[in-house]
Amino acid sequence: MSNEYLFKRVKIKTKTGLEIEGTVLPRYALFSNEYLTIKLDNGYNIGIKKDNIVHIEEVERPPKREVVIYKLDEEAATKSSKTTKIILTGGTIASKIDYETGGVTPILTASELLEAIPELREITDIELESPMSIFSEEMTPHEWKRIAEIVAKELLSNPDRGLIIAHGTDTMGYTSAALSFALQNLPSPVALVGAQRSSDRPSSDSAFNLLAAALYATSNIGEVSVVMHGTISDTYALAHRGTRVRKMHTSRRDAFQSINSLPIAKILPYEKKIVLLRKDIKETKQEGFEAKTNFSDKVALIKFYPGMSGDVIDFLVDKGYRGIVIEGTGLGHVSLRLLNSIKRAVEQEAIVTMTSQCIFGTINMNVYSTGRKLLEAGVLPSADMLPETAFVKLSWLLGNYNDIDVVKKLYVTNLVGEIEYRRTISAFPRWYHGE
Amino acid sequence: MENENYYQKIGLKVGLEVHQQLDVERKLFCNCPVTPQGDNAILSSFERRLRPTRSELGEIDIAAYFEWKRGRKYIYQSSENTSCLVEADEEPPHPINIEAVRVGLAFAHSVGSTPVDELHVMRKIVIDGSNTTGFQRTALLSIGGSIELSNGKKIRISTICVEEDSSKKLGEEDNNVIYDLERLGVPLLEISTQPDINTPEEAVETALTIGLMLRLTGKAKRGIGSVRQDLNISVRGGTKVEVKGVQELELLPLVIENEARRQLKLLEIKELLLQRGLKKEDIALNFVDITDVLSKTDSKVVKKLLSKENAVGLAICVPKMRGLLGMEIQPGKRFGTELSDYAKFWGGVKGIIHSDELPGYGLSINDVRAIYEKLKCSEEDAFIVIIDEERKAREGLRAVVDRLKMAFDGVPPETRAAMPDGTTRFMRPLPGSARMYPETDIPPLVITSELLSSAKQLAPPTPKEAIQLLVSEYNLNEELAKELLFDENYALFMDIAKLLGKGSYLKTVAWMLVQLRKALKREGFQVENITKEQYVSLSQKIYEEKITKEGVEEVIKYLCNNPSLSVDEVMDKLGLKPLDMEAINAIIKKIIEENAKIVEEKGEKAFGIIMGKAMEILRGRAQGKIVSELVRRNINEYLSAKKG
Ligand SMILES: [Zn+2]
Repeated sequence: MSNEYLFKRVKIKTKTGLEIEGTVLPRYALFSNEYLTIKLDNGYNIGIKKDNIVHIEEVERPPKREVVIYKLDEEAATKSSKTTKIILTGGTIASKIDYETGGVTPILTASELLEAIPELREITDIELESPMSIFSEEMTPHEWKRIAEIVAKELLSNPDRGLIIAHGTDTMGYTSAALSFALQNLPSPVALVGAQRSSDRPSSDSAFNLLAAALYATSNIGEVSVVMHGTISDTYALAHRGTRVRKMHTSRRDAFQSINSLPIAKILPYEKKIVLLRKDIKETKQEGFEAKTNFSDKVALIKFYPGMSGDVIDFLVDKGYRGIVIEGTGLGHVSLRLLNSIKRAVEQEAIVTMTSQCIFGTINMNVYSTGRKLLEAGVLPSADMLPETAFVKLSWLLGNYNDIDVVKKLYVTNLVGEIEYRRTISAFPRWYHGE
Repeated sequence: MENENYYQKIGLKVGLEVHQQLDVERKLFCNCPVTPQGDNAILSSFERRLRPTRSELGEIDIAAYFEWKRGRKYIYQSSENTSCLVEADEEPPHPINIEAVRVGLAFAHSVGSTPVDELHVMRKIVIDGSNTTGFQRTALLSIGGSIELSNGKKIRISTICVEEDSSKKLGEEDNNVIYDLERLGVPLLEISTQPDINTPEEAVETALTIGLMLRLTGKAKRGIGSVRQDLNISVRGGTKVEVKGVQELELLPLVIENEARRQLKLLEIKELLLQRGLKKEDIALNFVDITDVLSKTDSKVVKKLLSKENAVGLAICVPKMRGLLGMEIQPGKRFGTELSDYAKFWGGVKGIIHSDELPGYGLSINDVRAIYEKLKCSEEDAFIVIIDEERKAREGLRAVVDRLKMAFDGVPPETRAAMPDGTTRFMRPLPGSARMYPETDIPPLVITSELLSSAKQLAPPTPKEAIQLLVSEYNLNEELAKELLFDENYALFMDIAKLLGKGSYLKTVAWMLVQLRKALKREGFQVENITKEQYVSLSQKIYEEKITKEGVEEVIKYLCNNPSLSVDEVMDKLGLKPLDMEAINAIIKKIIEENAKIVEEKGEKAFGIIMGKAMEILRGRAQGKIVSELVRRNINEYLSAKKG
C-alpha cells in the first residue's frame, strides 16, 4: 500500500476515527513498515498504522504557494583574492539532509557551500572536490592513503593554495595523524575540519568551524591541523597539531583537544584573527615537500584489560600482523602472563609498542620491574604519544620503510611533533569537583 | 466592553492555543528535573549564534534570516541543577518523556480527540535564540475533539501537541540576548482550538475550561508562567493574525477587543485609500536625502540621531496620505506605529518620524514646511523620515513602503505579541509550514494500546462531570463545588480528601479552602502565607471535630500574621484547645446558675439565651452541636431539680 501513494496527497479515514489529509512520505530505513508517514498541512508528520486505515484515496494537491527564496549572500561580501581547496570526504560537515527520506547527501558544489556560508568568501574563494563520501568509522589506512595522495597532488600543482579536508569527526584524529606523517614540509596549510552538530540545524557548528579552517588554510602555518570549536561557545576555534589531537567527548562541540600539549593556534572566525600559541610552529616552505603516502594495514591497536591472555597477541602474529600497539595500564604495563606471547611476536619480527590507556601523561617503563621486563622482551616505549597516533605512526613506518631497524629507530624518534619531552602542570583538564 | 451583537456584526473569529507546562518529573528530552530542588546558582554561561537553514523547498524562514543578518549573539546562563548538555545543545536529545505523552493522551481522551498511531517529533524553527538548537521540538499527539461551554456551545479542538518549553529571556543589550536555560525543555501541552470562538467571553470560558481540565489531570504545573495563551484573531474582511503570549487570563478579552478594533481600523484605512483614489503602484520607494534640511533644525532628537556615525536622514513622500498615518488604530497607537514596527524589524532602525506627528520632536512648522518643499510634496501628501546609517535607513524605508502597500489589502497576516496594556505589537510575518522539519535524532514513538489505556486512567473529567462528582461523593452543594473546582486549592482539597477519607467534614474543609480564604483575602489578610501543611493540619482538626468553623477562622487570621507557627501552637495561644465534656458541662452549669432567674421564668424557652451566653465563652473551643445538647440537658436537669 505504501508505495503506490508515495509523495501523493491522500485523504485517509481510520478505524479509530481520524480523518486527515496530507502527503505520504517515505519511511526512514529503520522505521517499522507497518505505518505510513503523513505530512499534514500544518507541517507536522504523523504515523498512521496501515491496518488502522479504512479508507484512503488520492486527492488533488492544493495549489502550491509561491516560494520566496532568500539567499544568504544577497549582498555580495567583499571577496578575498585567495583560494582554498576543500576536499570533502564525508561526515556531517559537508552534507545536507534530505528531509523526505532522512538520507544524508553531500554538498556537491562550491556555490552551494558559499551560498550557505557567504562569509567564507570574505576569507577565501573556494574550490570543491568530493572524492569520497564515507562515514568516519568506515575510514581505513587505504582511505588515508587516498586522501594523502589527493592532498599531495594538490600541493604539488598548486603549492600556494591551502587545503581543507572535511571529515567525519569520529576518526578525524587518526586521519590527521596519518596526514601529518605522510605529508611533511608543507608548502601550504592543511586543515581537517568536522562538525559535531549536523549542518541541517541553525545551531550547527559547521559554519563556524569551516570559517576557522578557512582562516587557517590561508595562513602560513606549515602543519596538518584539526580545526574545531575551542569551547562550547561560538567565540574561538582551536587548531590542534594533527598528531596530538583526540576526540575527548561523544557529542560536545569542543570535543577535540590537544592532549599533553598546547594547541597550535586560537582562531577567531568573526574577528578573522589567528593567535599563535606555540613557538615551535613550522611555517610553510617552498622547498622540501615530501609525500610518503603508504600505510600498512597489518598493524593492530589493542587495549590491555585485567585478565587478558596472550592469545590475542598470538592470534595477531599468526594472522601476519607486523605491528602491535598496546594500550597498557599506567606507566606502560601489561600482565606478565602476556610476556611469552610478546617475546614470540618480537622473535617473529613483529614490532610491539607500548602506550598508556591513561591518555594523559607519558610512558615510563623503567619505574617498575614489569616495565623493565617488557622492555627486555623488545617492547618499544612510545613516550607520550597518543595510542591512536602511535598506531598510525607504526602503520605509516611499516608502509614506507622496509628495514625493521629503521622502523624501530624512527618509531621512538619525534618526527612531526607526535612526541614531546615536557608536560606542564596546566596541560591537564581541571575537572569539576562540586561547589 | 462591546456587547455580543457587536462581535456578531464584525464577524469575530478567535482560535485559542493554550500552552500548559506539565508537572512531570523530567524534562521532555533529557533527564533534568522539571521542578528543580535546592540551590540554583548560575554556574556557567556560553554564547552562540544561530544561522537560518534551508527547508526542503529551498526556503529560508524569513524572520530567521533577518535575525541572522543582524549578527545576533545569544548568551545562555545555566545551572547544574536545572540543565545539562542536552539543553546546551551539546548532547543529542533523549527519547521523549513518556509521562508527558501520557498526560497529553489523557487530556485528548477527555475531549474526544483521536490520537495518532505513531508520534513523530518535529523541529519547529525558532531562531530568536530562545532554543539553543534554533528549533523547538514538538509532536502532534491527537486530532479533533471538542469542549462544551456552559451555554452548550461546542468549541472544536483542532490539535493537541506535546512540545518543549523555550528558555526564559533575562535581558537584551545591543545585539546580545541573554537567556536562562532552566525552563528550556520543560514539557508543554499545546491545545489548539478551531476559530469557533465568537466573543471575548467565550474565549475566557474556553481558556478556563481547558485550563481546568488540564489541572484535573493532576499533572499541570502551577505558578507564574506555567500557562500561556496564544490567539488567532480575525474579523470579517480581515486576516488571521496570531497574537502570542497572553499570560494573564484577565487580559484576554481586552487583547481580543483591541486586536479586533485594530483590524477594523485597518479595513477603514483600506477604504479611505480607495476613496482617495490611491493604488498600490502610487506608493514608490523614492528616497530623498534630507540631511541638509534636518541639520538646520533645532530639534534635539534629530540632532542626536544625526550625530551617530554615518547617519543620514532619508525621506519618502507618500501621496494623498496626510492624516492617515496619525489615525489611532489601537489605544495610544497610530497607523504610523505599524510602519515604525516594520522599519524597526526589517531595517533595524530606532523608528520613524512621519508628517502626521509634526510639528513635534522639536521640529517647527517651518521645519516641516522645508521638508515638504525639499520632497516636493503637496499639502495632501504625507512624508516619512528615517535617520540612521544609510543602509539601515534604506532598508527601513523599504519596509515602510512594503507595509503601506499592504494597507491596500487591509490586514496583513502577522504574528503579533500581546503587550501588558492589552494592545498588540508586530513580532514577525506569519510563519509558513516551511519551519517544520523532522527531528532526525529521535525515532517515532508508537502509541500502543497499553499506553492508551494507562492514559485513560489519568483522563480528567469534564467540568460538568467534576461538579457532579463533588456533589455526590464529597458532600458539597453545587455552588461550593463549582467554586472549588475553579479554585487554586482544588488539588489540595482532593489531597486532603484522599488523606482523611470522604465525609461530611469536607464541606467545612472546602469552605475553609475557598470561601473563607477568599473572604479573608478581601479583608486584606495575607492568606498566601498559609502553607499546604497548615491547611492539612487544620483539616485534620476539622475532621476530628477538635475545632469549630469559628475557630478555623480565628486560627487562619492569626497564621496570616504569624506564618511560622504551627496550627497547634496557634490554637494554644488563642485558647482554642477544645474543652472536654466535663469542662463544658461545668461552664454551662455555671451560666445557668448565674442566670437562674431567667431559666426559672422562661423554662425551656431560655435555651436561646443560655446558648448564646455559652457560645460567647465556648466559641472555638467546643462544637456548637455538643454545647447545644449540654445546654438543653442542663436546663432540663435544672428545671426538674427545681420542681422536685
Ligand atoms: Zn537536561
